[in-house]
Amino acid sequence: MSKQKLTAAGGTEPRSALLQALLDKDTMLEFDDPLGSDMVLNMGPQHPATHGVLRLLIRLDGETVVRAIPDVGYLHRGYEKLAESCSYHEFIPHTDRLDYLSPISNNVAYVLAVEKLLGIEAPPRAQYIRVIGAELSRLASHLVWFGSMAMDVGALTLLLWTFRERERIQDIWDILTGVRFTTSFARIGGLAQDMSDESAQMTKEFIDQLPKNLDECESLLNKNRIFIGRCDGIGILSKEDAIAMSASGPVLRGSGVARDIRRDEPYLVYPELDFDVITFDGCDSLSRYYVRLNEMRESIKIIRQALEKMPKGPVSAQEPKRVLPKKERIYTKMEELIHDFMLINFGINPPVGEVYHAIESSKGELGFYIISDGRGHPWRLKIRSPSFMNIQALPIMLKGGMISDIVAIIGSIDPVMGEADK
Amino acid sequence: MVLLDYVPIFIMVSLAGIFGLVLSKASEIFGPKKPNPEKLSTYESGMQPIRTARERFSVKFYLVAMLFILFDVEIVFLYPWAAVVRELRLFGFIEMLIFVAVLLVGYVYILKKGALRWD
Amino acid sequence: MESIQAILNNPYVFAALMALAPLLWILPYALFAIWFERKVSAHMQDRLGPMRTGGWHGWSQSIADLVKLLLKEDLIPAKSKHGLFMLAPYVVFVGSYAAYAVIPFTSAYVGSEINVGIFYFVAVSSLVVVGILMGAWSSNNKWSLFGAMRSAAQIVSYEIPGTLAILAVVMVVGSLSLQDIVRAQEGWFWNWFVFGKFPFLFIAFLIYFLCSLAEVNRTPFDIPEAESELVAGYHTEYSGMRFAMFYLAEYANMFAVSAVAVTLFFGGWQSPFGTFLSGPAWGVFWFLSKGMGFIFLQMWLRWTLPRLRVDQLMYVNWKVLMPFAFVNIIFVGLWMMIAQ
Repeated sequence: MSKQKLTAAGGTEPRSALLQALLDKDTMLEFDDPLGSDMVLNMGPQHPATHGVLRLLIRLDGETVVRAIPDVGYLHRGYEKLAESCSYHEFIPHTDRLDYLSPISNNVAYVLAVEKLLGIEAPPRAQYIRVIGAELSRLASHLVWFGSMAMDVGALTLLLWTFRERERIQDIWDILTGVRFTTSFARIGGLAQDMSDESAQMTKEFIDQLPKNLDECESLLNKNRIFIGRCDGIGILSKEDAIAMSASGPVLRGSGVARDIRRDEPYLVYPELDFDVITFDGCDSLSRYYVRLNEMRESIKIIRQALEKMPKGPVSAQEPKRVLPKKERIYTKMEELIHDFMLINFGINPPVGEVYHAIESSKGELGFYIISDGRGHPWRLKIRSPSFMNIQALPIMLKGGMISDIVAIIGSIDPVMGEADK
Repeated sequence: MVLLDYVPIFIMVSLAGIFGLVLSKASEIFGPKKPNPEKLSTYESGMQPIRTARERFSVKFYLVAMLFILFDVEIVFLYPWAAVVRELRLFGFIEMLIFVAVLLVGYVYILKKGALRWD
Repeated sequence: MESIQAILNNPYVFAALMALAPLLWILPYALFAIWFERKVSAHMQDRLGPMRTGGWHGWSQSIADLVKLLLKEDLIPAKSKHGLFMLAPYVVFVGSYAAYAVIPFTSAYVGSEINVGIFYFVAVSSLVVVGILMGAWSSNNKWSLFGAMRSAAQIVSYEIPGTLAILAVVMVVGSLSLQDIVRAQEGWFWNWFVFGKFPFLFIAFLIYFLCSLAEVNRTPFDIPEAESELVAGYHTEYSGMRFAMFYLAEYANMFAVSAVAVTLFFGGWQSPFGTFLSGPAWGVFWFLSKGMGFIFLQMWLRWTLPRLRVDQLMYVNWKVLMPFAFVNIIFVGLWMMIAQ
C-alpha cells in the first residue's frame, strides 16, 4: 500500500526508463505513508470546478492535500505546430481560441509580435482602438473570473450578475468587430475595421454604468465573512516562489511584486495613459481577488482616457507590401489587386530573424516568440501563455490546503485551459 | 394505550417504504435497461479510478463522531430534567448546574487537547 | 355508506389514513418547492427561470422533471455493493418521512400523539445520516465518500446545539409534546416564544435555525453536496428515481425542520391575531404558510451566501454555537428560578 507507483498519466503501461525517470522527478505521488490512510484522487478533467479540463492528481490525508500534481493537455489543439503551416495572417483567428475569454488581447499580442518582426507600426488611431479592445477584453475576462470565483466558493448568484455585464461587452464587440465572441479584430499593421461612432458611444455608456454595477456585485462578497474566511490565508505563494515559478499578472501582483508589462515595457499607447499598477502583498487567494477587482476599475479608467484622446485618421499602416488592402479597393484598383494576390499566396515574408513580444493580458504575460526564415509562414511560433505558467505554481499553493481550498485557489489563479493547453 | 400511540409511526414508516418501492418499481418498468461496462464504471472525474474508495480513512472524521456520542448522551439526560424542571425547583437547577459543570470540564479538556481543531 | 363508516371507525384503518396525510402534503409541496426554488433563484439572478412548460410561468416544470426521472435508466455501478446501494434512498426517505409523524399540522391533527414528540423528532431526523453513509459507502466513489463523511460529521455535530436550543423551549413549557408546546403560545403573535420570552428563546431560535440549515445541508452549510468541490457529494452515483428519492427527502427534510421551527418558536398552527381566523382549518393554513415562509428564507440564504469550509463549519459548531447554547439554557433555568 505504501509504495505505489502513481504517475500523472495514471496508467500502468510500461514506459521507457528515461521517460519514467523524467516523470518520476516531477509527478510521483509516491512517498512513505506508514498508516496507509492517504487517498489518491483524480480531480478533473471532468469536474465542475477545474475551469475546463485541468486535471489535478491529489493525495489527501483526510481532507488535507499532501501533494498535488497538475496535469495539462486535455485541450491541446497544437496551435504552435499549426502556426508553422499557416501564413501570418491566417494565424490570427487561431489566437481567438487561446484565451477565449479575452480574444482581442490575444489578437493584439500576436499582431504586435509580427509587427515587431516586420519593423512596422500601426497608426495612432489603430493603437488607441487596440488599447480599448484589449482593456475591454480584460474587463470581460475578469468579469467571468469574478462570477466563477464566487461560484467556486458557493455563491451562485454572482455569476449571472457578472455575465449580464459581460454580455454588454459582447454587444460592443458585435458592433466593433462584427463578431460577439471570436473577434479576430487586429490585422498586421492595423485593424480589420475602424471603430464606428456607435461602438464608441456604446463603450462610453458601458463604462459609465459599470462602476455602479460592480459596486453592487462586490457588495455581495467584500463584506461577507464567509467569503473572506474562505479566501483569506489560503493558496500562499510567497514573493520569491511567485518569481521562481514565473507567475505573472494578477497572481504575481497578488504576491506583492509590482510588475505590469503595460508600465514596465510599454507597448501601444499605454505610456500616454494614466493608470495604477495594483499590488497586494497578502500572497493568498484574497489578495489575488482584490488585485483583479481593482484592476477592473483601472481598465475603466484606461478606456475612458483612450476614448477621449483617440485621434482621427487611418487604422491601417501605409505599407502596401505588408498590410492587406481593403476589399473594395481590390476590386477597383490594379495595384491593390496585385498586392492582395501576392500577400495571400506568398505571405508577408518578414526578414529572417527571431522576435519576442509580450503584452499584459488579463491572465498575465502573454508573449509570442516567432522565428522567421524569410518565408510566408513562421518557422517556429512559441506561445508563452500566462495560464500555463500560473498553473505551474499550483502544487506550491495547494500543499497543506483542504479540498474546499483547491477550488478557491484554482479560482484565484483564473486559468483558461484553451490558453494553457494551446 | 401508550404503545398504541406509536402504531401510526410504524404505519408511516412502512408507508414510506412502500412508496419508495413503488417509485423505484415504476422507474424499472418505464425506464430503459441498456447497461454497458463504461456506463457502470465508477465516476472519478472522467478518469480510471485510482485504487478504490474503500480504504482506511483519516481518523479525524471518527473523532467528531466519538465526541458527538459523548455529548449526545449527556443531552439525552438533560431532556427528562427539562420536562420536570418546574417541579424540581432550585434543587433540580443546582443539580443540573453541577452536571453541566462536569460536562464543561470535559469540553475544556478536549478544547485544550485540540480535538476540535480540524486541520 | 354504513360499511364505509364502519371501516373508517376501525382504529387501524383510521391510523393508516392519518399516516397517509403527510405524504399527500409532501408530494405536491416538493413539486411546488422545486419549481419555486428555480423561480426564486432566477429572479435573484436577473433571469426568468422556467417559463414554457405548462404555460403560466412554467408551472408544470417539476412534473416534467419527475416524468423525465421516471423514464431514466436506473444505473447501479458495477463496483458498488448492490444491496446497500439500492436500500440507501429508502432509508433516507423513510427517515425524513417518519419525522412528520409528530408534526402538529393543526390543533386536530397530528400523525401520532406521543408524549415525547420533540424527542422523537430529534432522534428520527438523524436516521438520514445512516442512509447517506450507506449510499455513499456502497457507491465506491471517492467523491461520495467525502460527501458522506462531511455530512455525517456535520449533521451529528450540529445536532448538539440544535437539541440544546430545543431544550430551552422544553424547559419553559415543561412538556415534550409538540401540541403542548403550541398551546403554550396561545394568543397574539407577541406570545410566540420567539418574541415572548425575549431574549432567551430568541437566541435559542437563532441557534436552532442555524443548526436546522446544517441538518438539511442547505447553504451556507451545504458542504456535503458542494457541487463545485465534490461534484454531487453523496449522491454522485445515483440516477433516475433513486436520485429523485434523495431529492424528495431533502425537500421533505427542509419542510420538517421548518415545521419544527414554526412549532417551537412561531406559534405552530396558532393564528397571529389571537382568536381571529383561528380553528382547525385555519390552523392548517397558518401552519403551512409559516412553514413556507421558512422555506423561502432557506432559499434566499442559499442563493446569497457562499459555503463554509469544513474546518470553519466545525469551528462555528463546537466553539460558537455550543457554548452559546449551554449558556442559554443555564440562563433560562436561572430566569425560571427567579420568576417562580
